[in-house]
Amino acid sequence: MQANNIQEKILTFVFWFSAFIIVGILLTIIFYIMYRGFSAIDLNFILQAPRHAGREGGISTTIVGTVYLTLVSLIIAVPLGVGAAIYLEEYASRKSKFAYLVNLTAETLAGVPSIVFGLFGFVFFVIFLQMGWSMLSGGMTMAIMILPTITRTSQEAILSVPHDYRENSLAVGASKWQTIHRIVLPSAVPGIVTGIILSIGRTVGETAALILTAGSSLGMPLNLMEPARTMSVHLYILAMEGISMERAFGTAFLIIILIVIINYMANLSLRKLSQAKS
Amino acid sequence: MGLNISGNSTIRKAAGKGVGFNREKLVELLLAMCAAISILAIILITVFIFAKGFPLIFKTGLSDFLLEMKWSPSRGSFGIATMFIGSIIITLLSLLWAVPLSITVAIFMAEVAPRRVGKILGSLVELLAGIPSVIYGFFGLIVIVPFIRDHLGGNGLSVLAGAMVLGVMILPTIINISRDSILAVPGEYKEGSLALGASHYQSIRRVILPAARSGIITAVVLGMGRAIGETMAVVMVTGNSTIIPDGPLSPVRTMTSNIVLEMGYAVGDHQAALFATGAVLFIFIVILNLMLTIAAKDGYNASK
Repeated sequence: MQANNIQEKILTFVFWFSAFIIVGILLTIIFYIMYRGFSAIDLNFILQAPRHAGREGGISTTIVGTVYLTLVSLIIAVPLGVGAAIYLEEYASRKSKFAYLVNLTAETLAGVPSIVFGLFGFVFFVIFLQMGWSMLSGGMTMAIMILPTITRTSQEAILSVPHDYRENSLAVGASKWQTIHRIVLPSAVPGIVTGIILSIGRTVGETAALILTAGSSLGMPLNLMEPARTMSVHLYILAMEGISMERAFGTAFLIIILIVIINYMANLSLRKLSQAKS
Repeated sequence: MGLNISGNSTIRKAAGKGVGFNREKLVELLLAMCAAISILAIILITVFIFAKGFPLIFKTGLSDFLLEMKWSPSRGSFGIATMFIGSIIITLLSLLWAVPLSITVAIFMAEVAPRRVGKILGSLVELLAGIPSVIYGFFGLIVIVPFIRDHLGGNGLSVLAGAMVLGVMILPTIINISRDSILAVPGEYKEGSLALGASHYQSIRRVILPAARSGIITAVVLGMGRAIGETMAVVMVTGNSTIIPDGPLSPVRTMTSNIVLEMGYAVGDHQAALFATGAVLFIFIVILNLMLTIAAKDGYNASK
């Protein structure tokens, strides 16, 4: 019994210690980058365009590029993802082969590495559809990448709508689509919002796929057919080519801040989603 | 494509006029098309990457492509063996430390930690999952690489640095899925074990972990898939020499790094070889995922 007690104490220690390692890794990364990046950040860094390949000036064009690419991918992926979720939850029967295939491919898509999406975007959008290295090519590639997330979170939200609501709506003479549009969709909004927030995080952080599809031009992107560089791509190039470590830290600082905010918002909306469910 | 969620007023009017049936069918068709995008995407990805990469594999021969050590595009030799081995070594090394740590933390979160602690830890792990790979790579480059250079030798850009960064990146995947599968073990199992006089830890080891085994295996396999496919974090810290590493401090180049490093200027056969590398990666990941999905489905059906 004594030996067991000691063993249990050691195990308890190992458990707590492992948890501390995880927390330690996370906090070290975040605070180290914030600490080193803070001095590189000022208003000019955010508002000025990069000069001399990013050696001087700020990163304004890459912020604009990131926002544009995020918007393009959301505009494409949100309607498609929500539509797919409605179909899977409201129309397809449980045993439908088609629905099974959709779920299977969506799950496969979610596991495909971003470099493979990059290769595909390059050969399909950039070359085959002749869209060149552009925000449109990059945005469409990102749209495919975030589609599974938006579909899944929307599905969850639609599932949370009580069955009575639908039946009551149908009972008073509403058509199926009217019921979905008036009853199901509004209740699915928290799920859709969660999907959008998670997708923004994904696009902000994506690098490999966007280098191959959106290019890495530092100019201010004005229309969809122009190439653009996102903040993450900028950070990669600054650090890998040793252009400016100070500006790399500044860029990493902004990315981290964005990701922490996005993560916090995603948590909030996920909580709303699970409240709606219960 | 926004049509499916807007344009409702016309549909409503139409329904009122008694021609709603066709409108309803049209809506269903549009929604089905949205759902079909996933299938279409997988087909297009497969077709285009294979079409671009396979001719080169046929030209050099599959075994030469996979087993030939020499990668020198300017001389027309395209063997990805060094990079294939590089990917495998880094992945295995990262799993070596990340798997035990992740599973321990998963058990801690699900079974040992006070509720509040478990919750906080859960949201921190979410944050860890949300940090982009380029940030991990950057942190590795400015902290881990110099540390290895100063304390262990070499120039720091190494297998070891890659395995450390990659390990951190797959922690959230393994932790989350393992924790969920541990939480999914029916409470009666544990209560039964406790009632028989087993201690809490004995119950975890003898009852809960065996019951959650398939979920934990899934977690590890998904973590492995994530590690093999990861690009940015690895390319920034491994030095990228196309050699077989002779130790943990030696530089290494993975398949993914090779693609992102050379796509910018590759043309002709060289570009095709990079697509062929992507195809190898894609096949690997898809097989891994299909196996898991189908296994999960079978398990689900069997338990019904």
